[in-house]
Amino acid sequence: MARRGYDGVVLAAPVTVPYQRYSTESTAWWIGRALAGLAATSGIAHRDFDGFMLASFSSAPDSAIGLTQHFGLSPRMVDFLPMGGAGGVMSLRRAARAVQAGDCDVVACVAADTNGPQSFRYGLENFSRFSQDAVYPYGAGGPNVSFALIAQAYMAATGATREDFGRIAVAQRQNGLRNPHALMRKPLSLEDYLGSRPIAPPIHLFDCVMPCAGAEAFLVMREETARAQGLPFARLAASIERHNAFPEDRVMLRGGWARDVDDLWAMAGMRPADMDLVQTYDDYPFISMMQFEDLGFCAKGEAAAFLRDRDLTVTGDLPHNTNGGQLSAGQAGCAGGHIGLVEALRQVTGAAGPTQVEGARRALVSGFGMINFDRGLGSGAVVLEGA
Amino acid sequence: MSALPLLMDALGAGSVRVVDLTQTLTEDFPTIVLPPEFAQSATVRIERLSRYDAAGPAWYWNNLSFGEHTGTHFDAPAHWFTGRDRPLGTVDTMPAADMIAPACVIDCTEGTAVDDDYLLTREAVETWEMEHGPVPARSWVLMRTGWSRRQGAAYANLREDGAHTPGPDAEVMEWLVHDRGILGFGTETIGTDAGQGSHFSPPFPAHHFLHGAGRYGLQCLTALDQLPPTGAVLVTAPLKVHEGSGSPLRVLALVPGAAAG
Amino acid sequence: MQDPIRKNPLKKTRTALLPPAARSRKAHLLIPPAGRGEFALPRCAACGAFAWPVPEACPVCLSPDLPLTAAPRGGEVISATTAEVPADLYFRERAPWRVGLVAMDCGPQALVHLHPEAGQGDRVRLSLVLDRAGQAVLHAAPEGERDMASDPQWQEMAADPRRRRVLITDARHVAALPLAQALLAAGARQVWLGLDEAWKPFAGADAIRALEGAELVPLDLRSDRSVGDLARDLGGKVEILVNTADLLRPGMAFAPSVPAQTREMMEVAAFGLMRLMREFAPAMASRGADGTAPAAAWVNVTPVIARVPHPRFTGYGTAHAAALALAPALRQTLGTGGVRLMTAFTGPTDTDWFDAFPHPKLTGRAIATEIVAALKAGREELVIGDLARDWLKRHAENPRALEAELARGQY
Repeated sequence: MARRGYDGVVLAAPVTVPYQRYSTESTAWWIGRALAGLAATSGIAHRDFDGFMLASFSSAPDSAIGLTQHFGLSPRMVDFLPMGGAGGVMSLRRAARAVQAGDCDVVACVAADTNGPQSFRYGLENFSRFSQDAVYPYGAGGPNVSFALIAQAYMAATGATREDFGRIAVAQRQNGLRNPHALMRKPLSLEDYLGSRPIAPPIHLFDCVMPCAGAEAFLVMREETARAQGLPFARLAASIERHNAFPEDRVMLRGGWARDVDDLWAMAGMRPADMDLVQTYDDYPFISMMQFEDLGFCAKGEAAAFLRDRDLTVTGDLPHNTNGGQLSAGQAGCAGGHIGLVEALRQVTGAAGPTQVEGARRALVSGFGMINFDRGLGSGAVVLEGA
Repeated sequence: MSALPLLMDALGAGSVRVVDLTQTLTEDFPTIVLPPEFAQSATVRIERLSRYDAAGPAWYWNNLSFGEHTGTHFDAPAHWFTGRDRPLGTVDTMPAADMIAPACVIDCTEGTAVDDDYLLTREAVETWEMEHGPVPARSWVLMRTGWSRRQGAAYANLREDGAHTPGPDAEVMEWLVHDRGILGFGTETIGTDAGQGSHFSPPFPAHHFLHGAGRYGLQCLTALDQLPPTGAVLVTAPLKVHEGSGSPLRVLALVPGAAAG
Repeated sequence: MQDPIRKNPLKKTRTALLPPAARSRKAHLLIPPAGRGEFALPRCAACGAFAWPVPEACPVCLSPDLPLTAAPRGGEVISATTAEVPADLYFRERAPWRVGLVAMDCGPQALVHLHPEAGQGDRVRLSLVLDRAGQAVLHAAPEGERDMASDPQWQEMAADPRRRRVLITDARHVAALPLAQALLAAGARQVWLGLDEAWKPFAGADAIRALEGAELVPLDLRSDRSVGDLARDLGGKVEILVNTADLLRPGMAFAPSVPAQTREMMEVAAFGLMRLMREFAPAMASRGADGTAPAAAWVNVTPVIARVPHPRFTGYGTAHAAALALAPALRQTLGTGGVRLMTAFTGPTDTDWFDAFPHPKLTGRAIATEIVAALKAGREELVIGDLARDWLKRHAENPRALEAELARGQY
């Protein structure tokens, strides 16, 4: 059946709290900065946010509900989505339906995580039972080894090479250098990429994101609310979401997008070629390649050839991860699942500043998250359209 | 006038010396070994309770455990079946007066130097008596063999057919107990009987005759070379163990010293 | 064979790091089969599907009933990598570390510790083995005979006697000499054999003295002082300890001498082990990562009567049951340094006290062979001898029937 669209639902007020490699502030501090940013950008008092979606790994001992008191919120609805790279799409979908159904008027979607030298280790300890039982004991603490195994299988199946991955990373670094808040400030050449230190082959240093502290946020509201506030906005043209999409696959050579991609484009009434820019989830460049395939930009297994002929920079023919993505800007925990969404919102509302793609109106944003045992479980995508 | 002031004077002047005939009670001192299907004597165990440490910051003490017949020890009449009906036959009931008595020391070292199974005979004792006079009644007869200078395996001297250590033969024991009326018999080895004493008739004659007559045994003595053949007095006070068949003890000998001290 | 280079006395002994030990409660179920060298995985009793990692319900049919079941050991490597810079300190110290994703013949796929000679597309044979944290992990090696000694990752799990120094606590045990021979043949660097009451004859002394690499040392487990003194000499050198100390006196519970005899058996089996633990276990645990052949294993040779109470061996069984009750404390102490506790259950041996037992009885050589093999395989429990296995099985099935049968002399 055809899935119902999101008529009249818009996103507005893109907020990024500039990232820091390490922060001594707690996650709640970063959430507070993001909420203040939403209020300042939208002119809507935070007490009037009547929906609150929180994505965070490190807010413990609080979940979303405890933080309403902390920040003086009185929402009609809260949700807590500590779901990593898929969390942005998931927050947006829940907020959009709540607004569309009239349960809420203005929903604040916030993703924030702090980062200290020990945060990564603490995060691992409570991440997932299957990873605890069957991944970490194998020298695979953290996602690198799990993704290396998937990447190895992907390369064997498709013939993709490290050069192909490298081109994505190099283009993103070029984009990232335009973004004053990106943590990675040095240009990256293909030689740098290929010669970088092996972490777990084929994963090398520049395939990996840098964990950091930061926050991303946006508001979801009805179109008339945005107009009344005089806010630039983007329509939610379509969305999909899927978890543990292909449990029978021996190894993850495709993500959940492949199962729902037809719904996405049918709801949007658009085709991949209509996109002015693409924001993929880029925790490892080869995962971005998988998204181009599964979201219909090219046939399965042909992303390497497809991207070889394209310019992925802000000024290119297929602008991709225009703010540098997580590979250049940094991965602020759950904010990594929102960074593409917030950047795309800026792009289609013409507010992206130094990373602005000229004339950008339509953007595809993809999310992918929660590497669990042998595969990433969550996937989702949205199409945003500027007014 | 009491003799005690004289004794104290003599002790003070060195004309009477105190000789310790006791082996140190250690964990690895050999103990009697029986065929394993019989119950075995516990060996000596010394377990630390504290030594100025967390278990006792200002004091040092141990727990001590041992069989009645370990280390230098005393055999009471009740130890052997022949003595089972003797009155006052255990260490807690035996007369305290029996704990101080003179000793005759018979030097057997010439024999034991060449024969691990050397046996003390009536003939040998009679030869000794020709020089030192008859063994007095109610005195200890100590068999000096030099065995206490041995250690470990050489001391126990266990072989395939059992222990090979010197001791008295059956005839001399019967004679010493019944004719001479001795108070007890003492050795430097693990038992009052010879290592092969089970093959004698009766088996274990020292145990048989001594305890059957309500007399005592001493074993694992040392420093017998410091005693004169006659003239020493032994102080042998076993622990007052309830119905005890024997006990480790400190054996002291009072011996005449050089007059000049 | 090259001895390990002697330790530089000016350098700090490396801290014994452990691989991640946290597991779900259900995953702990894998420890016993792994410790026995069995390959058993959760399998749905309702639909028959194998599951991995250990779930709370079958992902196919949601049945909560997933008993561990012997599984086919084959698999195929889907993908392989080498962790060059693992986040975990234990692995980082030992990097590079081979990891594979294996499609198991029984169905699910799994991450595994991968033998260096196995790569993508290869057929492999899987093992469930205990790692240095004492947790069950999967290891995959190419099918066919493999030299596991050449796999440094397997060597981390195993307690290979190669290049290690071993203390056998009681030289008088029937397996002591064969153990010394087998351990030395397996490459042990030195074997010390404890001899109690040196004043008692010991017929085996000459054979041990004739064995190059073997040495008799005074050790009486009944003595605080003796155990303490040996630990002062060897506590920092023993990498594998094999406790063979035993004293057997049969008897029902009622003979007058039984308490005294039992006490003596307890002195050897239970209190003796306690003394050994006190003096040697912390030292061994502290050396779990010391040098190239660090402290690796403690083996208790335990008569199966400790687990299968035998009415004709009351005191003996009591003493060894008490010793067995010390195992958790010992295992946890050793575990802080990644040192394995292995219990080798033995059936009646071909010795005097079992002369009235029918054959098959265990020879010392059989005990030694199996213990050395189990050390190489990193096991924590083994049962040696058909009779011991039979008793344990009968005891698990019906302990009261076995009790009656043993009382009647039906072995």
